[in-house]
This record gives sequence, C-alpha cells and structure tokens, in this order.
Amino acid sequence: MNKYSVFSLVRNAMSYHENWQKAWRSPDPKKEYDVVIVGGGAHGLATAYYLAKECGITNVAILEKGWLGGGNTGRNTTIVRSNYLWDESSAIYEHAMKLWENLSQDLNYNVMFSQRGLLHLAHNVHDMQEIGRRGHAIHLNGIDSEFLTPEQVKEIEPTINLDCRYPVLGALLQRRGGSARHDAVAWGYARAADDMGVDIIQNCEVTGFDIQDGVVKGVETSRGHIGAKKVGVVTAGHSSVMANMAGFRMPLESFPLQAMVSEPLKPVINTVIMSGAVHVYLSQSDKGELVVGAGSDNFVSYSQRGSFDMMDHIVGPLKELFPFTSRLRMMRQWGGIVDVTVDRSPIITKTPVENMFFNCGWGTGGFKATPGSGNVFAHSIANGELHPIAAPFTMNRFNTGALIDEGAAAAVAH
Amino acid sequence: MSQSNRIKTGGRIDRNKPVSFTFDGKTFQGFEGDTLASALLANNVHLMGRSFKYHRPRGVLSAGSEEPNAIVTIGSGKRSDPNTRATVVEMFDGLEASSQNCWPSLNFDIGGINNKLSRFFPAGFYYKTFMWPKSMWMKYEEIIRASAGMGVAPEEGDPDTYAVKHEYCDVLIAGGGPAGLSAALTAGRTGARVILIDEQNEFGGSLLSDHGAEIDGKPAMDWVDAALAELKEMEEVTILNRTAVIGYFDHNFITAMEKITDHLGPQDSNDTPRQRFWKIRAKQVVLASGSFERPMLFGDNDRPGVMLASAVRTYINRYGVLPGKDMVVFTNNDSAYKTALDAFANGGRVEIVDTRVDPKGPLVEQARSLDITIHTNAAIVGTKGYRRLKGVEVMELNEAGDGVKGTKFHIGCDVVAMSSGWNPAVNLFSQARGKLRYDEELTSFVPDHCQWDNYSVGSCNGTFTLEGALSEGLEAGLKAAQAAGFGEGQSVPATPSAPEVEHGDMRTLWYIPMDRPLARGKKHFHEFQNDSTVADIHLAAREGYISVEHLKRYTTTGMGTDQGKTSNVNAIAIMAQIRGVSIPQVGTTTFRPPFVPVTFGAIAGHDVEDLFLQARKTPMHSAHDRNGAIYEDVGDWKRPYYFPKAGEDMHAAVQRECKAVRDSVGIMDGSTLGKLDIQGKDASRLLNLLYTNAWSKLAPGKCRYGLMCNEHGMVFDDGVTTCIGENHYHMTTTTGGAGRVANWIEEWIQTEYPDWDVYATSVTEQWAVSILNGPKSRKVLEKLVDIDLSAEAFPFMAMKECHIAGVPARIYRISFTGELSYEINVPARYGLHVWDALLEAGEEFDICQYGTETMHVLRAEKGFIIAGQDTDGSVTPMDLDMDWIVSKKKGDFLGRRSFTRTDTARTDRKQLVGVLTEDPNVVLMEGAHLVRELKDKPPMDMLGHVTSSYMSPNCGRSIAMALIRDGKNLKGQSFMVPTMSGKAHKVTITDPIFFDKENKRIDGEPS
Repeated sequence: MNKYSVFSLVRNAMSYHENWQKAWRSPDPKKEYDVVIVGGGAHGLATAYYLAKECGITNVAILEKGWLGGGNTGRNTTIVRSNYLWDESSAIYEHAMKLWENLSQDLNYNVMFSQRGLLHLAHNVHDMQEIGRRGHAIHLNGIDSEFLTPEQVKEIEPTINLDCRYPVLGALLQRRGGSARHDAVAWGYARAADDMGVDIIQNCEVTGFDIQDGVVKGVETSRGHIGAKKVGVVTAGHSSVMANMAGFRMPLESFPLQAMVSEPLKPVINTVIMSGAVHVYLSQSDKGELVVGAGSDNFVSYSQRGSFDMMDHIVGPLKELFPFTSRLRMMRQWGGIVDVTVDRSPIITKTPVENMFFNCGWGTGGFKATPGSGNVFAHSIANGELHPIAAPFTMNRFNTGALIDEGAAAAVAH
Repeated sequence: MSQSNRIKTGGRIDRNKPVSFTFDGKTFQGFEGDTLASALLANNVHLMGRSFKYHRPRGVLSAGSEEPNAIVTIGSGKRSDPNTRATVVEMFDGLEASSQNCWPSLNFDIGGINNKLSRFFPAGFYYKTFMWPKSMWMKYEEIIRASAGMGVAPEEGDPDTYAVKHEYCDVLIAGGGPAGLSAALTAGRTGARVILIDEQNEFGGSLLSDHGAEIDGKPAMDWVDAALAELKEMEEVTILNRTAVIGYFDHNFITAMEKITDHLGPQDSNDTPRQRFWKIRAKQVVLASGSFERPMLFGDNDRPGVMLASAVRTYINRYGVLPGKDMVVFTNNDSAYKTALDAFANGGRVEIVDTRVDPKGPLVEQARSLDITIHTNAAIVGTKGYRRLKGVEVMELNEAGDGVKGTKFHIGCDVVAMSSGWNPAVNLFSQARGKLRYDEELTSFVPDHCQWDNYSVGSCNGTFTLEGALSEGLEAGLKAAQAAGFGEGQSVPATPSAPEVEHGDMRTLWYIPMDRPLARGKKHFHEFQNDSTVADIHLAAREGYISVEHLKRYTTTGMGTDQGKTSNVNAIAIMAQIRGVSIPQVGTTTFRPPFVPVTFGAIAGHDVEDLFLQARKTPMHSAHDRNGAIYEDVGDWKRPYYFPKAGEDMHAAVQRECKAVRDSVGIMDGSTLGKLDIQGKDASRLLNLLYTNAWSKLAPGKCRYGLMCNEHGMVFDDGVTTCIGENHYHMTTTTGGAGRVANWIEEWIQTEYPDWDVYATSVTEQWAVSILNGPKSRKVLEKLVDIDLSAEAFPFMAMKECHIAGVPARIYRISFTGELSYEINVPARYGLHVWDALLEAGEEFDICQYGTETMHVLRAEKGFIIAGQDTDGSVTPMDLDMDWIVSKKKGDFLGRRSFTRTDTARTDRKQLVGVLTEDPNVVLMEGAHLVRELKDKPPMDMLGHVTSSYMSPNCGRSIAMALIRDGKNLKGQSFMVPTMSGKAHKVTITDPIFFDKENKRIDGEPS
C-alpha cells in the first residue's frame, strides 16, 4: 500500500496523479476462506479489518452485493457520539469513540472525524429529567458529559431559537461527539483491510448458505459457491432476509429512514444538534450542506426512500428551531433501510447455525458504532465466543428479557 | 455601454417596461421578461460566479434550472436568498443580486489561489492528507469549512409567508411545452380534472426559444396561445405556471412548488404567500419535462462565455440578447446549427466546429449557403481568456476521435455555443422508481417501464421532433384520461403538422481530446459547480472507485445544487470508456427529490409559529391566564405549573400550594388527562387484556386503578377506569400517554382481536375536569351538588352522576394525593363555569389553585408513581413493589408471558425505593445516581438513579424516589450520590411512602 500523506500527494501531483495505486484490489473469490463476511458496509469492512489486524485472521472475504458502503453507511447523517444511557450501550459506543479518535491515523485514510460537539436539547421537564439521568450516568461511566443552560446553548449555536415551541430549557453536551465522512470510513477500512490480504468482492450477492448438520460450510453467491469456516453476516436492513435464508428468524423490523441536505452554505451550524421534543437533528457538513434528519417512517418497507409525510415532520421543526433556514433550499432527500429491534439496541450474536454470527439491529444509529461494532464482532468471530462488550447484545436477550432499552428509556432519536 | 448585447427587436421581453437592478452594487438596466442571467448578458456581463473548489471565474452555462455556474445571492438581510440560479430569477425593478464564494470581489478572488494549486487538489485529496499531526485536524477542518460552502445563510426572521395546498386530480401533466400542452388538451376535453404544471413563467417550453418553428403553417407560439386559451375555458383544468414539479412519490403522489411573488420582488404586506407548496394525488401522470443539453468536455471548457448552444438560442430568441458578437458553435449534431443560424441572422459573426467528418442535412447546408465557416472533423482543444473567453484553439480529429492531428489554429471569439447531444429529463420518472433504458442512437437514457401509472412524452421520452412531441402528448393525454375513467370512446385527434428539417447523425465524443495528455495544463470539466474533471474520473477509476456511486462520491460529480443535470451522463460515459464497458453497465446513480431545490419555508407552509404543533389548552385556560398561572408543556398541552402570588418564586409558590391542599382544600385542572370511552360486549375483556389486574367484577359506579404493561411486562401507563354501566367504561390515562394508549388499544383490537365487540373512543377533549383535593373538599363541593357526599353514601373509588352548579357531571372519588378528593368531570363547554363556581364556593376555605408541580410533590409524599417519570419502560409492577396489582388468577394479559422470563423474574432488579438525604435541606437532582462506592473520579459503580425529588413542606424535609438495583433489600443502608461538580450527598434508602402511611386522610373532614 502506498502511504497517503501530504508528501505522497505532492509527489503524485508531479506525475499528474497517474501513479496512484488501487485503493483495494478486485480479486476473484477463492474456493474457501477462514471467515466470510456478508455485507460490505462499514461495519462489515471494519470487522474484516480488525480480524486481520487484531486477530491474525487474514484469509477473509467480504461479499457485497452492490458497492462498498452502499447501504446505511453511505446514507446516514454521520453523527458520532457515545452518550448513551445504559452501561452496556455506553461500553460499546465509547469503545467505538476511542477507536474513532485514532481512526484516520490507524487507517492512513482521513475519515474527517470531527469532534465538534453534540448537543441534546431538552424542551420540557421530562426532557430535563432524561438528560439529567443520562448525563449523570455517562459521567459516572467516565465519559464526558456536560449540562448546559439555554444561554450556554445560544453561545454555541447563535442561530438557535431558544424560545421555540417547547422552549429550550437546557442541553446535554458531549464535546467529543461530532461527525465523520461516511464514505471515507468504508473506503478507509476497505483499503486497510485489503492491504492485509482481505479479499473485497463487490457485485457478489449471497443467495443462500451452505449449512450441513447445523454447521455453516459456506455461502452460495451470484459468483458461485464460496467455502467458509465461519460466516459473519452484517447486512443491516436485510439481516432478517439473511436469517431467513439460514433458517431462523431475526427479531428485526425494517423501516425506511430518511435524511436530507440543504444547498451548501458558509459555516453557520457549529455542532451536531439533536432535539427529541421538537424532533429534528441537524449538523453542517464540511462541504457546507445542512444535514437534517429525524424519525423513520411509520410502516415497514424495504424501499430505500422516505415518505413525504415524514419529510413534512422534519422540516417544520427545522424551521421552528432554526428560523434562518426558512429561505434555504432542500437540495436532496434520500432514504435507507434501518433494522430496528424492539429495545432499539443492536444484536451481536451467535446463531442457531454453528459458526455463523450476526451483527445487526443497529437501527437508526449504527454509523457511530462502526469501529466498535467491527472490533468486538471480529473478536467474537475469531474466538467463537462473544467479546465481553458484545455479550449483552446477544439475541438471547429477547428470550431472557434482559433488554437494553434505549428506546423506551431515553426516547431520543439516535 | 448599456445593454450592448441587446438585439434591437424581438424576444419575449417587454421593452416598454425597463427595469433597473444591481449586481455586486453596480446598477444595470434590463426589461421585464428578462431573467437576471439574460439581463446581465444583455449588459455583456458574463462573469457571474466562482466555482466551489478552485474558485474559477464562471459565467452562465444554461438558460434554465439546470444551471451549475451562475449561482448568486438575491436580496439581502432577512430576505437574502443564497445559491440562487441567475437563469431562473425573473427580473423586477430594484432587484439586488450579489456574487458568492469570492473575496474580496468576484473579479479578484483570493480563493483563486486554489486554481493555481489545483494540481495538488485532485478528487479526494482530503482523504489523503490533513492527518498529521493528529491534533491539527480540527484547525485544518476549520479552514476547509470556511473555504467550502457557497452562499451565506440569511439573517433570521424571514418576513415572508408560505402556503400549502392539497389537491386531487385525474391527470397531472408535468411540463407545459408542446407535448405537455397537447396532453392537457386531449385530457381536458374529456372533462377529466387536469392539472397542468410548468416551471417557467410562460407556457410553450422549447417553443419559447425557437425562432421559426411552425405548427399547422402558423408560428408555433400561435398554437401555444390557442391551446392555452382553450384550456383556460375548461372548468376542470388547473393551470399552474412558475411551478416546478419536484417530487414523485409512491402511488402518484406529486409535490410541486409554485413561486407566487418571487418575480415581483419583496412585498410590503405578507397577505400573499411568497411560495405555495402543492401536494397532489393524481390518478394518472403525464411527464413532459423536456431534456437537457450536454456540454462538450474540452480543455478549459468552463470559461465565462462557454455556453450550451440551446441556451444561446434561448437568449437570442426569447430574451433578445446576443451573448457575444463572435461566436464559435462547437457541436456533434445538427441542433446547434440552429443556434449558429439564429446568431448569424442577428448580426453575430459565427464559425462552426463540428466533430463530424461530413455533416450533412438541411441545416448544415443552410449554414454553408450563408458562408458560415464550418470546420469539420475538428475539435476545440483549449480556450483563451480567464474571466471572459477570448478565443479557442481548434485542431483536426483523428479517425477514432480519441486524438487530434495537424496544426492547431486559433479562432478569436467571446462565446462558445456547445452541444454534445441531449439527455431526456428522466428525473421525475426515475424518482418514481421507473426503470431506464439506454438508447444507443440518442446516446442517452430514456424511460422504460414504471410501476405507477404514468406516460413520458416528448423529449423527456427521447422524442425530439416537434411533431413527435405533439403526437405523443395528444395520445398520452387521452389515454391517461381514459384510464382515469373519462372520455370513453373518444379517439386521438390528428396531430397538427409541424414539419421538421431532417437531422443528420451525431458523432458523440464523450471526451474531446487535446494535443497533449489529459490533465496537462487544461481542465476538462464535466461537473462545473464542484470542479470535477475528466482527469478526476480517471483518478477515481485508477484508484478503484469505479462503481457509479463511488465515482459520484469520490469526485463529487452530481453533488452540486444542480444535482448533476448537465454532468451525470457525461461522467458515466467517461467511466464506461475507461473501464471498457457499456454505459448502461456503469448505470446511473439514484435520482432523488427534489427535481429543483425547494425552500424549507415552502415545505413547512402554514405550520409555523403558533400553528406549529399547536398548543392544546383546556376549557379553563382563560381562568388560569386570569389567575396568573405559569405553564408547563406536557405533551402538546399547556398545563398550569404553579400559581405564584406576588413576590413568589416557583419554590415559594409550590411550598405554599402543597401546604394549602393538605391543610384545607386545593383545586387543579385535570382536563388534560387522557380519557377513553370504552363500550361493547367485550369491553371488560379488553380491560382484562390491557391491565394487569382483574376487571370482570367491577360494578357500575365503581372505579379501579390499573397498570398497563407492554409485551415485555414493562409498565408503560396507568390510570383509573370506571364502570359507567353495563359494557361501558370510562378509562383515564396519563396526559402524555393518551395518544400512545389509544394507538395501543387500536393495534390490539384491530390486528389481533377484530372479532371482539368493543370500541374505544378518545373523549379527552369532551370532558373538563376540576379536581378538588384536601380535607375541606367535601365542604366546598356540597355547596354546588345535588347528591349526598358523605363517605358512606359516596365512598372512595366510586363515581356518581349528578348536577353541579346547574350542569350535568360525573364525579369520581379517587385521589392522587391521599386526601379526600373529587374529580369533577363536566362536558367541556361547562368547564370554565364549574371551575369559577368551585373557586367561589371555596373562597371561605381559602381554596388554593395549584399546578402540576404541587401535584408531583403531593403524590410523591404518598409514594405514588408517575408512569414515565418513576418508570422508564424497563420497570415491572413487581419492581414497583406493586405485586398486588398483578392478577395470578385471570387468564392472559399483556406482559404476563414476560414475567417468567429469567431476567424479568430476577428478584435483584432495579426497584423503586424512597431516598432520604442526610441533610434534610438538600434536594437531590432528578437523574442523579447512587453509587456503591464513592471514588475520586469516574467510573463508579452505579446502583440506580433518582426518579423524583422534591422539598416536601408536609414532611418538613426533602424526599426522593429512586430505582435502585436490589433496592428492596438495601432499605436502611446509606450510599453516596455524587454530583457533576464533584460534590457528593449521603443518602439512606427507605420505603417510598413518606406521608400518612396509614392512609388515614382519605375521607377528609366530615361535613
């Protein structure tokens, strides 16, 4: 791999950028791999990367039916934070946060991880109680969290309308929160994994699993049979489809979730702002677009587009909270499919099929977890036992009732 | 010189209405009917903006909404509209425009240094650098952010208003050119409800720009006028100009945005909305959205003065502007010859550079006959000029078209009119998830099939002849109407004659070669706004970003405000060439709404300010206003939080209110509580399903408290339900949970038990509820009612129907404070009357109005929970020490199956307990946590959190409730509660009932 740096950039400029290498190879699939990862999103790519880097398993293939990062990786609003309520959630998201903080250097690929700070606004007494509880919990878990007064919020975001419907009563700030360049995360992991020998195979759709006596032996794909000692499935919104192929059910519902961007502007929004009560979240990309999102559609669907109805529910709050947006224009609206569990926490799990592992259920908030998710999933696959941070997220919790209910408890958008 | 490029006559501008406008502070003249772009061009101003990344000077490329270059800010201050395309801004007197993304000025822009250094800034350069030292990234990013972006956000306080309109129609027609108008005619003639929409101020589409087109032997615009006149006479036809169809969603749900006053300039009053957002459900849709011309990708093809050939023709014929005196037309097809001929006819000096070896056809012959020089088998390989085009360099092409030969020669010119063919505007069709097909002959994507009922007609369907467009439109309009149930038996009228001169074949060269390798000295822009070049596509391919989506995301192709209308197909074709695959193999990216950018204000429409999530107010709200209430937002409701007297802060008011209720009598407004009227033979069956306790034996006139659990056995709401009569119940829920419970009930009775005879109707707003609380409640109430209120005649947990102050009422003897309490329900319209009557009757007892905070304190003194505050979706009834409410005998109910799950059945779960601080004056922060062991700094092992915490005047100290791991077993033990500031409070875990543990006060003082 030729290293990226300002020097390599200058050097290559001299040769008109004609000597850059491929960021990753496009090999034909081998007959068999130690581990096959199904799904070339950032979680799958991260899994392969950490398998190679930390677990010494490099005979790995990633099978992607379309293009790398084409699912929720390339469709989300790129928010990164680790200020979750429950200890189990704190552990995995903070694990991710620590990896984020060195990710560009680790991958030698600038993922533009920007710790610009993330504000959760509180608009009523219930919100204040919620951030009070979560703020304390995060703090006592050793993660940064601060309570802000409305005046402090205004100082950070001068364009906010504090006296909006449900006036801003306070906020929870995580200074280490922020955003990252989503595509770069997929590409950076792909390049670094490829460099360690991982085969990245795009346009290769998994059509079935080769399961013998309850043990997975390989996958059937649009490019033929590929043997696998272990299989990790990381297919987000299509995980229940995959589970169905493997002969069991995955407790997920798939919903369209949408986001939108404005035309690009000079810097005007400084942090990531999330509001549960007015129900919108907002940040500004490095390119200058306001990136706006909110809730998922109210019906299940595999259609990768959001309904207009929900867009309506996003724009009203946006204008209410940030009145200056009234004359700005929405440039693009899109959608993805989120895989939602009943407790709004992910599933990282062994399955009824031996040597087959699933990592899914990240719902509306998977992007921020990418490095942590990939990391603990890699270790879980390598060891055949769930990593301690992953262990609470086993699908067995839906049998025991040991739910990690971020949805019910926090009632905030992820 | 003023309007030096204005042609003496012609055009659709109103020369009787001169207007004056400014661009970057300098005043210019134009006419009504101009766009900002045409008026600037008339004044020989081509430089209108700077590009995003390299800050290169840019002029206008197009004459429509696909414009990537001429992006300006209109207006200023609160009425500033950044990122506006000069090509769609209609001229009005006093218009104020300014350039963006440049400093200190458009002419001299420091950012232009990026262009000098552009060699170091290829596509995706930022992924490869800015990583060292790590700590510097946030600084680098700040610089990147400052230099990115385009316009500056307007000031807060948009003075304009916006409207939203919902509409239904049989046939919606998007586009009012010849094809769309034809469709409207045949559809309209059937009597079907038709909506005809066009983005422009005038109907006619391409005909507006066409000089000499004829229909039935007359000027084509005569036909347009006649068609419009006929349509205007049709009652069921709605005609919307200045309206862009922007979204095509499932089931033919169409959104459109109408500009109402933008072309008039700022309005003094906002009686008229600035823009109107249309939401239209159409049975059938006809797409007649036209096509976009493709730019030629030659070296430095972005100089101000390089324009699309069709745009030049539009400026000449529609706006009476010859953009330059010396024009080079650069084309691979015949259509651009029309531009050459029109320019020539208006006094322009014209030369043609044609990639084709031997162009033939009537248009070519006509040019030849006028002695217009045609350089065949030739290409522009470079341009001269920086802020304005000064000339082009031309060379002969080789046979394959992938290289040049011979001697380079120079043609001086100030305008290049280029055409590389046409792309049907398939955007809306694709938004509808229609599938595209690649047409080899047209070298473009055309509509193939779609699951929704629509018809593509005219050039958006790849039909580029006028007669073809008319014919397709007439047929589709009738078909669509017939599919919607109109015009049975009608047949398609004959297509008017519109002879078109024959066009010769194209010679499509996606990349125009030059006399040196790619990327040496000159840039071939395919994506103008974001400065993405052919070399960038090669780089992307070289590095493996070959999927069309990777191409887009790596090079930012199609990510500008024009969303790739002029760039995408060219980029795809170049990638196909590099990869050696066909264009359809590369494929397109997904077309997304909106077709053109739309203001957030228009989408939000009326639902802003007071109409945004309208506040719900109880029937007694005016009394609360009068009595000085401070409000709390609960759900959408405004509830009195407390009623301060002069000089009181919240604390003082609440302490006084709490005392007054327990000492004498208080009154609160309980109207917001969720209320459901439940009727039907299976009503009690439903209650047994929803609640954890048994309901079969509740007698009429009796009340019972219940907890509702979700499937996981977790409490999610509570309330009192009363049997009104046989198969008839009145259910109450929490204020915030009312909607949730109603939906929950519907989900179960609609999806799981549709055979049950039970109906739940929300009656929250039908009843006004005044709640009397305190030992003297009976004394107040008895002055106003016609029933016996003694504890024997009207015991706790009973309901009586009676009259109060002359109006019918249902009075519930239930209590959320432990005091004698009456919840007086009257029809909403009597609420205020009864409230005032109670206040008057209570005057002699110093009746105290109190708000929600006092209610919170009083119930906490008694250890009563608030669902949603003391529970959080992870708490079972057993965790609340309410095992008694979970029936062991009755059959299945929601949540029951989960109580036996291993984790749910644990006995050391988080449980509700009381918490008392060592210092009675310390009120813990709600949300603070108890820790097993206090440490110097986190992390610390948390036992659980404080859910409710108050200063209780009746207990004379602070009290709190908490959810604590294994809490029931920790009673009596002490722990620490650290605060965020580093302090800590010592607390003891107790029983959660702090006041009147023996429940002695429930019957109050006897009368």
